[in-house]
Amino acid sequence: MAEIVIKNVAKSFGAFQALHSIDLNISDQEFMVLLGPSGCGKTTLLRIVAGLETPSAGEVWIGGRRVDRLPPRERGIAMVFQNYAVFPHLTVFENIAFGLRMQKLSRQVIDERVRRTAALMHIEQLLKRYSGQLSGGQRQRVAVARALAMEPDVILMDEPLSNLDALLRLEMRAELKGVLDASQTTTLYVTHDQVEAMSLADRIAVMNEGRIVQASTPVEIYRNPAAHFVGSFIGNPPMNFIPATPVAPGEWDVAGLRLSGPQAGDSLEFAIRPEDLDVAPGGLEAVVRVVEPLGPHTLVTTEVGGRLFRAVLESDMPVAPGDELSLVPKEGRVRWFDPGTGQVV
Amino acid sequence: MSASAEPDAVLARNSVPRTVEGAGSARRFLFVSAVIVICAWVLVPIYLLLVNTLSSPQEVTSFPKSFVPSFDFGSIQFFVSFAGVAKALWNSILVAILTMAMSLALGAPAGYALSRFEFAGKEVFRMLVVMTRAFPLPLLALPLAIFFIRTGLDDTAIGLALVHTVLAIPFAALITFSLFSGIPLEFEEAAWTLGCTRWQAFYKVVLPLVLPGIAASAVFAFIISWNEVFAAAVLTIENRTLPAFLVQNLNVSPLHLKFAGGAAMVIPALVFIFAVRKYLFAMWGIASR
Repeated sequence: MAEIVIKNVAKSFGAFQALHSIDLNISDQEFMVLLGPSGCGKTTLLRIVAGLETPSAGEVWIGGRRVDRLPPRERGIAMVFQNYAVFPHLTVFENIAFGLRMQKLSRQVIDERVRRTAALMHIEQLLKRYSGQLSGGQRQRVAVARALAMEPDVILMDEPLSNLDALLRLEMRAELKGVLDASQTTTLYVTHDQVEAMSLADRIAVMNEGRIVQASTPVEIYRNPAAHFVGSFIGNPPMNFIPATPVAPGEWDVAGLRLSGPQAGDSLEFAIRPEDLDVAPGGLEAVVRVVEPLGPHTLVTTEVGGRLFRAVLESDMPVAPGDELSLVPKEGRVRWFDPGTGQVV
Repeated sequence: MSASAEPDAVLARNSVPRTVEGAGSARRFLFVSAVIVICAWVLVPIYLLLVNTLSSPQEVTSFPKSFVPSFDFGSIQFFVSFAGVAKALWNSILVAILTMAMSLALGAPAGYALSRFEFAGKEVFRMLVVMTRAFPLPLLALPLAIFFIRTGLDDTAIGLALVHTVLAIPFAALITFSLFSGIPLEFEEAAWTLGCTRWQAFYKVVLPLVLPGIAASAVFAFIISWNEVFAAAVLTIENRTLPAFLVQNLNVSPLHLKFAGGAAMVIPALVFIFAVRKYLFAMWGIASR
């Protein structure tokens, strides 16, 4: 039973403000992913929770205990590092047993727990090997087993899959999800890979420039981005944006198309996901530039009002570069952003 | 037609590998001769030293020379029984061990701090550490001697070891700095999250990994002290180390005694390095096989 509460946490390195007053609650057994581009502060936030970095301001609570001044060993956490940090002078067995020996558990308990977690991660046959004799994927498994063997309240993971090749990453992703669900620990997971985030997370906290822009479920983040940044960062291809000018209260001109929108301000940004467009008369006039058949669907890059505009169409739709299409936004899928603040309206 | 094509094909098949083989054997020849030259560079002087040491005093000065030792221990016996040699040898070992211990005790923490922490003046400090080596020891000799006499450190093993430590610390600090820098901080952080204090993480994770390098820098400190003659000659009178003792006495000694003295200087250094060679060569993983 351990929820993580991050209150007003800020961190600066000299003049550089890495984190601006972060507030985040992660409930017990939740899988929370910190997602953002590199340099957004997600790893710094994770390291503050781990106790490897001291916050400049704010509080961190784990399981109802204030921990921000405690050393890592007193926080009830276990961590998986990006480069695994499997100790090269110890066997796999001793690596997994390392934390248990620090807790001075009895030999039987250690032996039993090491074998159980090794079996869970499918590395029973590697227990006598050294790190130098393991592949990257095997080292990754050892690092996760070492963390799980601690039976921690909270597992922290810092881009654990980023050093694996694509195929292995896919396999480990599914396996991690299963293992962590079963272990019933609270997980805080850092990644810059949105697919990884979407597939693993109960909730995603999207970070940018030291701030949490939106923290919500993967579907909510994808469907209802709270800010321009989220829409442009999440989704591949990302959201389309077109500036809109008012024609009447609640009526907006979007590249020549008249749409009803919110009554606010004198400029807005129209946004739509590429897959939320239908080819039908009376829509946005788009000139096709590039056609990329991807199998299940076709990605069409067009130009609307002089801007790049992408649409995901059925793969049997006959389109060729130079064609003119009329793209109609699907009902209820249009989002409006304030161009000044970047926030959703 | 096929009959004429076949020899051509055979020729082609033979000629292509031949050039590759030629390049290969030329490389092998270069490699082997380089190995021989380097080995000879090191081994011939040592061999000559040993031959002469293991010959009788008469053989050492006679001509023509035999390149096979006669295993006459006359020279060695004379050297060993030479008044003061045993004591000088003991002093050398004592001073070298003290130097080794003190230079590591002071240098290794400095190396760790340099590699792990950011602090003001870090680069200047690193420069200064190296600069101490550029300071001419003879300039210090007189003030040091006076200071040592006043404090009662003159003519003691610990006093000389202090001076040798000063000479060895830059190497100890810089070698250990690069050793610690080679250990990813993630290892230590992982150990902290697994329940270690900073100190426990150091001796359970970092120390085992840097031990080969620590051994190497210990040997280095030992050799610096073992070979140092100037400070030893200036700061000791009764309790001379072997090099200082030899400098003082061998000038006026017969040739066979010089060879025996030389061997006495070289052999312990060789043995010591041989004993820790595993740590000097080995990285983890190779050593464990």
